[in-house]
Amino acid sequence: MTLASDNELEIQIAEWRAYMRRRRELHQADTEELEDHLRTRITELTEAGLRADEAFLIAVKRMGSLDELSREFAREHSERLWKQLVLPGEPNAAAARSRRELVAMMLCAAVAAIAIKVPSLFGLDLSGDNSGFYARNLSLFALPALAAYFLWQRRAGRRVIGVLTLLFVVGAIGANAYPLAGDSQSVVLTAIHLPLALWLVVGVAYAGGEWRSGRRRMDFIRFSGEWLIYFVLIALGGGALSAITINTFLAIGLDAEGFVQSWLVPCGAMAAVVVSAWLVEAKQSVVENMAPVLTRVFTPLFAAALLAFLVAMIWTNNGVDVERDALILFDLLLVIVLGLLLYAISARDPAARPGLFDRLQLALVVTALIIDVFVLLAITGRITEWGFSPNKTAALGENIILLANLAWSAWLFLRFVRGRIPFARLENWQTRYVIVYAAWAWTVVLAFPPVFGFA
Amino acid sequence: MHITKDLVAASATPLVLGILADGESYGYAILKQVDELSGGQLEWTDGLLYPLLHRLERVGHVEATWATPPGGRRRKYYRLTDQGRAELAEQRRQWAAVVDALRGVWTTTQSIRPIAAPVWEAGR
Repeated sequence: MTLASDNELEIQIAEWRAYMRRRRELHQADTEELEDHLRTRITELTEAGLRADEAFLIAVKRMGSLDELSREFAREHSERLWKQLVLPGEPNAAAARSRRELVAMMLCAAVAAIAIKVPSLFGLDLSGDNSGFYARNLSLFALPALAAYFLWQRRAGRRVIGVLTLLFVVGAIGANAYPLAGDSQSVVLTAIHLPLALWLVVGVAYAGGEWRSGRRRMDFIRFSGEWLIYFVLIALGGGALSAITINTFLAIGLDAEGFVQSWLVPCGAMAAVVVSAWLVEAKQSVVENMAPVLTRVFTPLFAAALLAFLVAMIWTNNGVDVERDALILFDLLLVIVLGLLLYAISARDPAARPGLFDRLQLALVVTALIIDVFVLLAITGRITEWGFSPNKTAALGENIILLANLAWSAWLFLRFVRGRIPFARLENWQTRYVIVYAAWAWTVVLAFPPVFGFA
Repeated sequence: MHITKDLVAASATPLVLGILADGESYGYAILKQVDELSGGQLEWTDGLLYPLLHRLERVGHVEATWATPPGGRRRKYYRLTDQGRAELAEQRRQWAAVVDALRGVWTTTQSIRPIAAPVWEAGR
């Protein structure tokens, strides 16, 4: 090989490398690995008698089309670009698609916003008397629209659409068919659990029907965290808008409070559900993923706070004051710990070795577990005195479900930190467990009212 | 002969695990070995081996390390783990069952004898 052709080859390889780098699904290490492969192939071909430029062309060709390659990498490393589930296309086609998506999103948001005003037509306006009705059905206004948006975007098959429609209908029946008094505990439970159950139904739509895939489930967990953050941001903005509107109109002697309360806030909130989802999908590359960042910040802080609490509890020998709300408080604690765990998992490079942060995470989970065991012991001693009401049963059930998840997570985490198992096992456990949440939420919505005599 | 995409995909994991069972290796060498073992019949797109290797790494069947051989380039080497060895044994069992079943079909079924003369012609 002459020096000139050698030089030319280096330039060609550099161009190829730059081209690969532009793909977000390929990390630097992957490009290096592929480049090593390319160079070995070229060396072999030139040794067989080909000229350098010919060898380069053949080696590139045998590597496979870049689109296909990116697609395979994206499938394997979905954490790198989970927001772009629709895989590479032409730039022009992408622009047209995002315009179509914008229109579809606005349509779905409008449907969600109108849906919440429909009951008013039948005399159920948004006043105090009907709060029970709206509490039970709140999730039924926006979530079907959100699911529809995803079904459209993922081009889901008829069977998926049919099953999801059925699930929403079942949800609507579960929320409205039982004769519940407005102030009964079951209404509150339905108001909490139906959104959860239906959110997981939206997850099926999000995965385009591929709900069995662990990777798609993890994508949906990531999506949920980012969605919540966008929703809260929009809610803050909406709050400011409402306050300004009311007060500026008050300054000129007009009362806008009625409009804000019965139109702006409810319709805005419903539309925000869809808009947030669209923002997560469309604007992901603009903002760094927030949920993992918050997790990094709050994991050490929560670990410290819980450890301090545990030490104080043992030091002072003060038992947990088992008030009515204690169970719910500790359920919330477990939810937060689980959330921190989930979002740390969702953003972690599965191939990375265990580090300090993983140990911290393990400490957090173990501390929460120990605290919760104390609480459970204190409560089971007295739950027989109180008897089982819907609220207590639900709170206790949730506690046990979360405890089981965290206990097994801690065990897996321990084995991972010691280098016994790959990280993927932990991820797998979390994604498989989602089905338990779905089963529990549906049980509370559908089975609790009849079991507890519609209390 | 062209081997269909599905067959290539299905056999990829056991092939890679089997090759790594002989000791640590890297992408290009693995491909060469697949080529030799199949007499050039199994055509893989070079690049697609890597996502497969990364998947095996993620689920813990193989471990990877970067190393620079003397006078060579930095290169990513893959090694089979104990879990990968167990997976390979499991895959072997499954493939043996498939191969046995196929062999049974080839020997018992008359209709697909290679190049059998049609009955109406045989009768003439």
